Amino acid sequence: MAINWFKYSAPTTFYPLAGRLIPWFAISSAILFAVGLYIGFVVAPADATQGEFYRIIFIHVPSSIISMFLYLIMAGYAALGLIFNTRLSSMMASAIAPTGALFAFISLWTGALWGKPMWGAWWVWDARLTSELILLFLYLGFIALHASIDDPRRADRAAALLAIIGSVNVPIIYFSVKWWNTLHQGSTIKYSGTSMHIAMQQAMFTMLAACWLYAVAVALARVRSIILEREKNTKWITELAEVK
Amino acid sequence: MKKLSLLSLLLLVVRRDLVLAMRRRADVLTTLFFFVMVVSLFPLGVGPEMDMLRKMAPGVLWVAALLASMLSLGRLFSADYLDGTLEQMLLAPQSLSVLVLGKMVSHWMVSGLPLVLMTPVLGLQFDMSVDAIGVLMLSLFLGTPILSMVGAIGAALTLGLRGGGVLLSLLVLPLCIPVLIFGTGAVQAVTSGLNVSSHLSLMGALLILALAFTPWVTAQALRISME
Repeated sequence: MAINWFKYSAPTTFYPLAGRLIPWFAISSAILFAVGLYIGFVVAPADATQGEFYRIIFIHVPSSIISMFLYLIMAGYAALGLIFNTRLSSMMASAIAPTGALFAFISLWTGALWGKPMWGAWWVWDARLTSELILLFLYLGFIALHASIDDPRRADRAAALLAIIGSVNVPIIYFSVKWWNTLHQGSTIKYSGTSMHIAMQQAMFTMLAACWLYAVAVALARVRSIILEREKNTKWITELAEVK
Repeated sequence: MKKLSLLSLLLLVVRRDLVLAMRRRADVLTTLFFFVMVVSLFPLGVGPEMDMLRKMAPGVLWVAALLASMLSLGRLFSADYLDGTLEQMLLAPQSLSVLVLGKMVSHWMVSGLPLVLMTPVLGLQFDMSVDAIGVLMLSLFLGTPILSMVGAIGAALTLGLRGGGVLLSLLVLPLCIPVLIFGTGAVQAVTSGLNVSSHLSLMGALLILALAFTPWVTAQALRISME
Protein backbone atom coordinates (compact mmCIF):
# COMPACT_ATOMS: atom_id res chain seq x y z
CA MET A 1 0.00 0.00 0.00
CA ALA A 2 1.39 3.35 -0.95
CA ILE A 3 1.40 5.88 1.85
CA ASN A 4 0.85 9.46 0.81
CA TRP A 5 3.51 11.18 2.92
CA PHE A 6 2.36 14.59 1.83
CA LYS A 7 -1.30 14.14 2.67
CA TYR A 8 -1.17 16.60 5.54
CA SER A 9 1.08 19.13 3.81
CA ALA A 10 -1.95 20.86 2.30
CA PRO A 11 -3.92 23.35 4.40
CA THR A 12 -7.17 21.62 3.35
CA THR A 13 -6.25 18.39 5.11
CA PHE A 14 -4.10 19.88 7.85
CA TYR A 15 -6.75 22.25 9.13
CA PRO A 16 -9.13 19.54 10.43
CA LEU A 17 -6.20 17.40 11.65
CA ALA A 18 -4.85 20.30 13.68
CA GLY A 19 -8.32 20.87 15.07
CA ARG A 20 -8.48 17.25 16.27
CA LEU A 21 -4.94 17.32 17.72
CA ILE A 22 -5.18 20.58 19.69
CA PRO A 23 -7.35 19.24 22.59
CA TRP A 24 -4.95 16.30 23.11
CA PHE A 25 -1.91 18.53 23.29
CA ALA A 26 -3.67 21.15 25.40
CA ILE A 27 -5.10 18.69 27.96
CA SER A 28 -1.89 16.70 28.35
CA SER A 29 0.01 19.96 28.69
CA ALA A 30 -2.34 21.14 31.46
CA ILE A 31 -2.01 17.82 33.32
CA LEU A 32 1.80 17.86 33.05
CA PHE A 33 1.91 21.48 34.19
CA ALA A 34 -0.10 20.54 37.29
CA VAL A 35 2.11 17.52 38.01
CA GLY A 36 5.34 19.40 37.31
CA LEU A 37 4.40 22.35 39.50
CA TYR A 38 3.34 19.99 42.29
CA ILE A 39 6.64 18.09 42.20
CA GLY A 40 8.57 21.33 41.82
CA PHE A 41 6.95 23.23 44.67
CA VAL A 42 6.01 20.46 47.12
CA VAL A 43 8.05 17.31 46.55
CA ALA A 44 11.43 18.70 45.51
CA PRO A 45 13.67 19.69 48.45
CA ALA A 46 15.19 23.13 48.87
CA ASP A 47 18.58 23.56 47.24
CA ALA A 48 21.69 23.36 49.41
CA THR A 49 23.09 26.72 48.32
CA GLN A 50 20.23 28.55 46.62
CA GLY A 51 17.43 27.77 49.11
CA GLU A 52 13.92 28.16 47.76
CA PHE A 53 14.91 30.59 45.02
CA TYR A 54 16.13 27.85 42.73
CA ARG A 55 12.54 26.70 42.10
CA ILE A 56 12.24 29.32 39.39
CA ILE A 57 14.38 27.08 37.17
CA PHE A 58 11.37 24.83 36.69
CA ILE A 59 9.95 27.44 34.35
CA HIS A 60 13.20 29.24 33.45
CA VAL A 61 15.14 26.29 32.04
CA PRO A 62 12.27 24.80 29.95
CA SER A 63 11.42 28.19 28.45
CA SER A 64 15.08 28.87 27.58
CA ILE A 65 15.49 25.47 25.94
CA ILE A 66 12.24 25.80 24.02
CA SER A 67 12.90 29.36 22.88
CA MET A 68 16.15 28.21 21.27
CA PHE A 69 14.74 25.05 19.70
CA LEU A 70 11.67 26.87 18.41
CA TYR A 71 13.91 29.26 16.48
CA LEU A 72 15.56 26.35 14.70
CA ILE A 73 12.19 24.69 14.05
CA MET A 74 10.80 27.98 12.78
CA ALA A 75 13.82 28.48 10.51
CA GLY A 76 13.42 24.87 9.33
CA TYR A 77 9.80 25.40 8.37
CA ALA A 78 10.67 28.74 6.78
CA ALA A 79 13.42 27.05 4.73
CA LEU A 80 11.00 24.32 3.61
CA GLY A 81 8.56 26.99 2.53
CA LEU A 82 11.25 28.89 0.66
CA ILE A 83 12.74 25.85 -1.08
CA PHE A 84 9.66 23.78 -1.91
CA ASN A 85 7.20 26.66 -2.03
CA THR A 86 4.77 24.86 0.28
CA ARG A 87 2.20 27.22 1.74
CA LEU A 88 1.71 25.34 4.99
CA SER A 89 5.40 25.41 5.96
CA SER A 90 5.51 29.20 5.78
CA MET A 91 2.28 29.39 7.77
CA MET A 92 3.80 27.11 10.44
CA ALA A 93 6.89 29.34 10.61
CA SER A 94 4.83 32.45 11.23
CA ALA A 95 2.63 30.53 13.70
CA ILE A 96 5.67 29.45 15.75
CA ALA A 97 7.37 32.88 15.90
CA PRO A 98 5.17 34.54 18.57
CA THR A 99 5.40 31.48 20.84
CA GLY A 100 9.17 31.47 20.48
CA ALA A 101 9.33 35.17 21.30
CA LEU A 102 7.07 34.58 24.30
CA PHE A 103 9.32 31.83 25.66
CA ALA A 104 12.43 33.96 25.11
CA PHE A 105 10.74 36.75 27.04
CA ILE A 106 9.65 34.41 29.87
CA SER A 107 13.17 33.06 30.05
CA LEU A 108 14.62 36.59 30.39
CA TRP A 109 11.95 37.64 32.87
CA THR A 110 12.32 34.64 35.16
CA GLY A 111 16.09 34.93 34.80
CA ALA A 112 15.89 38.50 36.10
CA LEU A 113 13.69 37.39 39.00
CA TRP A 114 16.21 34.69 39.86
CA GLY A 115 19.20 36.96 39.37
CA LYS A 116 18.08 39.58 41.88
CA PRO A 117 18.31 37.35 45.00
CA MET A 118 21.19 35.19 43.71
CA TRP A 119 23.52 37.68 41.97
CA GLY A 120 22.11 40.81 43.60
CA ALA A 121 21.20 42.34 40.25
CA TRP A 122 18.19 42.11 37.96
CA TRP A 123 20.36 42.05 34.91
CA VAL A 124 24.01 41.27 34.30
CA TRP A 125 25.77 41.37 30.95
CA ASP A 126 26.49 37.69 30.96
CA ALA A 127 26.92 35.67 27.79
CA ARG A 128 23.81 33.55 28.10
CA LEU A 129 21.54 36.38 29.11
CA THR A 130 22.84 38.51 26.28
CA SER A 131 22.47 35.80 23.67
CA GLU A 132 18.93 35.07 24.89
CA LEU A 133 18.19 38.79 24.52
CA ILE A 134 19.60 38.75 21.00
CA LEU A 135 17.45 35.69 20.27
CA LEU A 136 14.42 37.72 21.33
CA PHE A 137 15.54 40.50 18.96
CA LEU A 138 15.82 37.97 16.13
CA TYR A 139 12.27 36.74 16.80
CA LEU A 140 11.00 40.31 16.88
CA GLY A 141 12.82 41.08 13.63
CA PHE A 142 11.17 38.07 11.96
CA ILE A 143 7.73 39.09 13.20
CA ALA A 144 8.28 42.76 12.29
CA LEU A 145 9.50 41.98 8.77
CA HIS A 146 6.60 39.60 8.19
CA ALA A 147 4.10 42.15 9.48
CA SER A 148 5.37 45.05 7.39
CA ILE A 149 5.07 43.31 4.01
CA ASP A 150 1.52 43.33 2.68
CA ASP A 151 1.86 40.60 0.08
CA PRO A 152 1.80 37.36 2.14
CA ARG A 153 3.89 35.45 -0.41
CA ARG A 154 6.69 38.01 -0.38
CA ALA A 155 6.38 38.30 3.42
CA ASP A 156 6.82 34.54 3.80
CA ARG A 157 9.84 34.39 1.54
CA ALA A 158 11.58 37.48 2.91
CA ALA A 159 11.02 36.41 6.53
CA ALA A 160 12.20 32.90 5.65
CA LEU A 161 15.47 34.24 4.31
CA LEU A 162 15.89 36.33 7.47
CA ALA A 163 15.21 33.29 9.68
CA ILE A 164 17.80 31.23 7.82
CA ILE A 165 20.42 34.00 8.11
CA GLY A 166 19.53 34.29 11.79
CA SER A 167 19.99 30.59 12.43
CA VAL A 168 23.38 30.65 10.68
CA ASN A 169 24.30 33.64 12.80
CA VAL A 170 23.13 32.22 16.14
CA PRO A 171 26.27 30.12 16.80
CA ILE A 172 28.54 33.02 15.78
CA ILE A 173 26.66 35.37 18.10
CA TYR A 174 26.63 32.78 20.88
CA PHE A 175 30.38 32.20 20.82
CA SER A 176 31.31 35.84 20.36
CA VAL A 177 29.19 36.77 23.36
CA LYS A 178 30.56 33.81 25.31
CA TRP A 179 34.17 34.87 24.81
CA TRP A 180 33.13 38.39 25.66
CA ASN A 181 31.84 37.64 29.15
CA THR A 182 30.67 34.65 31.17
CA LEU A 183 29.06 34.62 34.59
CA HIS A 184 26.05 32.31 34.18
CA GLN A 185 26.35 28.96 35.91
CA GLY A 186 27.07 26.07 33.57
CA SER A 187 24.51 23.39 32.83
CA THR A 188 23.87 21.09 35.75
CA ILE A 189 22.55 18.33 33.53
CA LYS A 190 25.29 16.96 31.36
CA TYR A 191 25.51 13.84 29.24
CA SER A 192 27.83 12.36 31.84
CA GLY A 193 25.25 12.60 34.61
CA THR A 194 24.00 15.22 37.00
CA SER A 195 24.36 16.40 40.56
CA MET A 196 20.66 17.21 40.78
CA HIS A 197 18.22 15.65 43.21
CA ILE A 198 15.91 13.13 41.52
CA ALA A 199 12.73 15.07 42.36
CA MET A 200 14.21 18.25 40.89
CA GLN A 201 14.99 16.36 37.70
CA GLN A 202 11.48 14.95 37.55
CA ALA A 203 9.95 18.38 38.02
CA MET A 204 12.22 19.91 35.39
CA PHE A 205 11.55 17.27 32.76
CA THR A 206 7.80 17.26 33.47
CA MET A 207 7.72 21.02 33.07
CA LEU A 208 9.80 20.77 29.90
CA ALA A 209 7.32 18.29 28.42
CA ALA A 210 4.40 20.47 29.54
CA CYS A 211 5.92 23.53 27.88
CA TRP A 212 6.57 21.60 24.67
CA LEU A 213 2.99 20.35 24.54
CA TYR A 214 1.76 23.88 25.20
CA ALA A 215 3.95 25.25 22.41
CA VAL A 216 2.62 22.65 19.96
CA ALA A 217 -1.01 23.27 20.95
CA VAL A 218 -0.66 27.04 20.61
CA ALA A 219 1.21 26.82 17.32
CA LEU A 220 -1.47 24.54 15.89
CA ALA A 221 -4.25 26.83 17.07
CA ARG A 222 -2.45 29.81 15.54
CA VAL A 223 -1.79 28.05 12.25
CA ARG A 224 -5.49 27.27 12.01
CA SER A 225 -6.27 30.97 12.30
CA ILE A 226 -3.63 31.79 9.70
CA ILE A 227 -5.10 29.19 7.33
CA LEU A 228 -8.57 30.65 7.80
CA GLU A 229 -7.27 34.16 7.16
CA ARG A 230 -5.15 33.38 4.12
CA GLU A 231 -7.52 30.95 2.40
CA LYS A 232 -10.68 32.85 3.18
CA ASN A 233 -11.56 33.17 -0.48
CA THR A 234 -11.41 29.45 -1.20
CA LYS A 235 -14.41 27.18 -1.50
CA TRP A 236 -13.48 24.69 1.22
CA ILE A 237 -13.25 27.40 3.84
CA THR A 238 -16.70 28.73 3.05
CA GLU A 239 -18.01 25.18 3.40
CA LEU A 240 -16.56 24.68 6.90
CA ALA A 241 -19.16 24.25 9.63
CA GLU A 242 -17.57 26.87 11.91
CA VAL A 243 -17.43 29.45 9.11
CA LYS A 244 -21.06 28.98 8.10
CA MET B 1 26.98 42.25 -27.04
CA LYS B 2 30.40 42.47 -25.51
CA LYS B 3 31.13 39.74 -23.00
CA LEU B 4 32.29 41.11 -19.67
CA SER B 5 34.58 39.26 -17.33
CA LEU B 6 33.44 39.12 -13.72
CA LEU B 7 36.19 41.43 -12.55
CA SER B 8 35.53 44.09 -15.15
CA LEU B 9 31.82 43.82 -14.35
CA LEU B 10 32.60 44.35 -10.69
CA LEU B 11 34.79 47.36 -11.46
CA LEU B 12 32.11 48.76 -13.75
CA VAL B 13 29.45 48.63 -11.03
CA VAL B 14 31.84 50.06 -8.43
CA ARG B 15 32.78 52.94 -10.73
CA ARG B 16 29.17 53.64 -11.65
CA ASP B 17 28.05 53.79 -8.02
CA LEU B 18 31.03 55.92 -7.04
CA VAL B 19 30.27 58.39 -9.83
CA LEU B 20 26.65 58.52 -8.70
CA ALA B 21 27.75 59.09 -5.10
CA MET B 22 30.14 61.84 -6.14
CA ARG B 23 27.34 63.62 -7.98
CA ARG B 24 25.53 63.77 -4.63
CA ARG B 25 28.30 64.52 -2.20
CA ALA B 26 25.84 65.73 0.43
CA ASP B 27 24.67 62.16 1.09
CA VAL B 28 28.22 61.01 1.76
CA LEU B 29 28.98 63.93 4.01
CA THR B 30 25.75 63.54 5.99
CA THR B 31 26.76 60.06 7.08
CA LEU B 32 30.20 61.27 8.07
CA PHE B 33 28.83 64.23 10.01
CA PHE B 34 26.31 61.97 11.73
CA PHE B 35 29.20 59.77 12.85
CA VAL B 36 31.23 62.72 14.14
CA MET B 37 28.22 64.23 15.86
CA VAL B 38 27.11 61.07 17.66
CA VAL B 39 30.66 60.48 18.89
CA SER B 40 30.94 64.09 20.08
CA LEU B 41 27.66 63.87 21.97
CA PHE B 42 28.96 61.16 24.28
CA PRO B 43 31.36 63.31 26.30
CA LEU B 44 28.55 65.86 26.69
CA GLY B 45 26.26 63.11 27.93
CA VAL B 46 28.55 61.28 30.34
CA GLY B 47 30.91 64.01 31.49
CA PRO B 48 34.42 65.08 30.55
CA GLU B 49 36.51 62.75 32.79
CA MET B 50 39.35 61.63 30.53
CA ASP B 51 39.85 58.23 32.19
CA MET B 52 36.30 57.21 31.55
CA LEU B 53 36.25 58.61 28.03
CA ARG B 54 39.44 56.77 27.13
CA LYS B 55 37.85 53.54 28.30
CA MET B 56 34.60 54.19 26.46
CA ALA B 57 36.12 55.41 23.21
CA PRO B 58 36.28 52.13 21.24
CA GLY B 59 32.70 51.23 22.12
CA VAL B 60 31.39 54.69 21.35
CA LEU B 61 33.16 54.87 18.01
CA TRP B 62 32.05 51.40 17.03
CA VAL B 63 28.41 51.93 17.97
CA ALA B 64 28.42 55.27 16.17
CA ALA B 65 29.89 53.57 13.09
CA LEU B 66 27.17 50.90 13.29
CA LEU B 67 24.43 53.53 13.45
CA ALA B 68 25.99 55.62 10.69
CA SER B 69 26.19 52.64 8.37
CA MET B 70 22.52 51.77 9.13
CA LEU B 71 21.65 55.33 8.15
CA SER B 72 23.21 55.04 4.72
CA LEU B 73 22.03 51.49 3.98
CA GLY B 74 18.57 52.63 2.94
CA ARG B 75 20.15 54.33 -0.08
CA LEU B 76 21.99 51.21 -1.22
CA PHE B 77 19.25 49.93 -3.52
CA SER B 78 16.44 52.47 -3.23
CA ALA B 79 17.50 54.88 -6.00
CA ASP B 80 18.08 52.02 -8.45
CA TYR B 81 14.80 50.47 -7.37
CA LEU B 82 12.82 53.66 -7.95
CA ASP B 83 14.20 54.44 -11.42
CA GLY B 84 13.99 50.83 -12.61
CA THR B 85 17.75 50.21 -12.90
CA LEU B 86 17.55 47.42 -10.36
CA GLU B 87 15.01 45.56 -12.48
CA GLN B 88 17.40 45.75 -15.43
CA MET B 89 20.20 44.43 -13.21
CA LEU B 90 18.05 41.47 -12.24
CA LEU B 91 17.28 40.78 -15.90
CA ALA B 92 20.91 41.20 -16.97
CA PRO B 93 22.70 38.06 -18.17
CA GLN B 94 25.60 38.82 -15.81
CA SER B 95 25.77 37.37 -12.32
CA LEU B 96 23.55 39.31 -9.94
CA SER B 97 25.83 38.36 -7.03
CA VAL B 98 28.76 40.15 -8.64
CA LEU B 99 26.62 43.21 -9.37
CA VAL B 100 25.52 43.21 -5.74
CA LEU B 101 29.11 42.78 -4.55
CA GLY B 102 30.05 45.82 -6.61
CA LYS B 103 27.32 47.86 -4.97
CA MET B 104 28.50 46.66 -1.53
CA VAL B 105 32.09 47.65 -2.27
CA SER B 106 31.15 51.11 -3.46
CA HIS B 107 28.78 51.55 -0.52
CA TRP B 108 31.63 50.74 1.82
CA MET B 109 33.99 53.13 0.03
CA VAL B 110 31.42 55.89 0.34
CA SER B 111 30.08 55.27 3.84
CA GLY B 112 32.58 53.02 5.66
CA LEU B 113 35.97 54.22 4.52
CA PRO B 114 35.40 57.91 5.45
CA LEU B 115 34.56 56.78 8.99
CA VAL B 116 37.80 54.81 9.21
CA LEU B 117 39.77 57.83 7.99
CA MET B 118 37.98 60.12 10.46
CA THR B 119 38.69 57.83 13.41
CA PRO B 120 42.15 59.22 14.40
CA VAL B 121 40.73 62.71 14.92
CA LEU B 122 37.89 61.44 17.08
CA GLY B 123 40.24 59.06 18.91
CA LEU B 124 42.39 62.05 19.91
CA GLN B 125 39.29 63.80 21.25
CA PHE B 126 38.91 60.81 23.56
CA ASP B 127 42.60 60.89 24.48
CA MET B 128 43.31 57.45 23.07
CA SER B 129 46.91 56.29 22.74
CA VAL B 130 48.46 56.03 19.28
CA ASP B 131 48.58 52.23 19.50
CA ALA B 132 44.91 52.06 20.43
CA ILE B 133 43.95 54.38 17.59
CA GLY B 134 45.90 52.26 15.15
CA VAL B 135 44.17 49.06 16.27
CA LEU B 136 40.80 50.80 16.28
CA MET B 137 41.35 51.95 12.70
CA LEU B 138 42.41 48.48 11.68
CA SER B 139 39.38 46.89 13.34
CA LEU B 140 37.04 49.42 11.71
CA PHE B 141 38.80 48.85 8.40
CA LEU B 142 38.09 45.12 8.66
CA GLY B 143 34.67 45.53 10.27
CA THR B 144 32.87 48.25 8.33
CA PRO B 145 32.82 46.19 5.09
CA ILE B 146 31.02 43.46 7.06
CA LEU B 147 28.44 46.02 8.16
CA SER B 148 27.92 47.09 4.55
CA MET B 149 27.60 43.48 3.38
CA VAL B 150 25.30 42.19 6.12
CA GLY B 151 23.34 45.43 5.94
CA ALA B 152 22.84 44.93 2.21
CA ILE B 153 20.80 41.79 2.97
CA GLY B 154 18.52 43.82 5.20
CA ALA B 155 18.33 46.63 2.63
CA ALA B 156 17.31 44.12 -0.03
CA LEU B 157 14.67 42.50 2.20
CA THR B 158 13.09 45.81 3.22
CA LEU B 159 13.20 47.30 -0.28
CA GLY B 160 10.23 49.58 -0.93
CA LEU B 161 8.53 48.98 2.42
CA ARG B 162 6.88 51.60 4.58
CA GLY B 163 9.16 52.57 7.44
CA GLY B 164 11.91 50.51 5.85
CA GLY B 165 14.70 52.44 7.56
CA VAL B 166 13.78 51.60 11.13
CA LEU B 167 12.87 48.04 10.21
CA LEU B 168 16.23 47.68 8.49
CA SER B 169 18.06 48.61 11.70
CA LEU B 170 15.89 46.23 13.69
CA LEU B 171 16.82 43.36 11.37
CA VAL B 172 20.50 44.11 10.84
CA LEU B 173 21.77 45.36 14.20
CA PRO B 174 21.41 42.01 16.05
CA LEU B 175 23.31 40.30 13.23
CA CYS B 176 26.17 42.79 13.58
CA ILE B 177 26.81 42.15 17.27
CA PRO B 178 29.80 39.80 16.73
CA VAL B 179 31.53 42.49 14.66
CA LEU B 180 30.99 45.00 17.43
CA ILE B 181 32.32 42.59 20.07
CA PHE B 182 35.51 41.67 18.20
CA GLY B 183 36.08 45.24 17.05
CA THR B 184 35.97 46.77 20.50
CA GLY B 185 37.64 43.69 22.01
CA ALA B 186 40.72 44.27 19.88
CA VAL B 187 41.12 47.82 21.15
CA GLN B 188 40.55 46.79 24.75
CA ALA B 189 43.16 44.07 24.30
CA VAL B 190 45.80 46.50 23.09
CA THR B 191 45.12 49.01 25.87
CA SER B 192 45.48 46.27 28.50
CA GLY B 193 48.68 45.00 26.90
CA LEU B 194 47.28 41.79 25.44
CA ASN B 195 47.73 40.33 22.00
CA VAL B 196 45.27 41.76 19.49
CA SER B 197 45.83 39.21 16.76
CA SER B 198 43.09 36.83 17.96
CA HIS B 199 40.37 39.48 17.76
CA LEU B 200 41.58 40.77 14.43
CA SER B 201 41.90 37.22 13.04
CA LEU B 202 38.31 36.48 14.01
CA MET B 203 37.24 39.73 12.43
CA GLY B 204 39.11 38.79 9.27
CA ALA B 205 37.41 35.39 9.32
CA LEU B 206 34.02 37.07 9.58
CA LEU B 207 34.97 39.34 6.69
CA ILE B 208 35.88 36.41 4.47
CA LEU B 209 32.70 34.57 5.48
CA ALA B 210 30.61 37.64 4.68
CA LEU B 211 32.44 38.16 1.40
CA ALA B 212 31.68 34.59 0.37
CA PHE B 213 28.01 34.40 1.27
CA THR B 214 26.37 37.81 1.60
CA PRO B 215 26.43 38.79 -2.13
CA TRP B 216 24.60 35.59 -3.00
CA VAL B 217 22.11 35.93 -0.14
CA THR B 218 21.49 39.57 -1.03
CA ALA B 219 20.88 38.58 -4.63
CA GLN B 220 18.27 36.05 -3.44
CA ALA B 221 16.70 38.69 -1.20
CA LEU B 222 16.49 41.10 -4.15
CA ARG B 223 14.79 38.45 -6.26
CA ILE B 224 12.25 37.89 -3.47
CA SER B 225 11.60 41.61 -3.10
CA MET B 226 11.36 42.34 -6.81
CA GLU B 227 9.21 39.47 -8.06
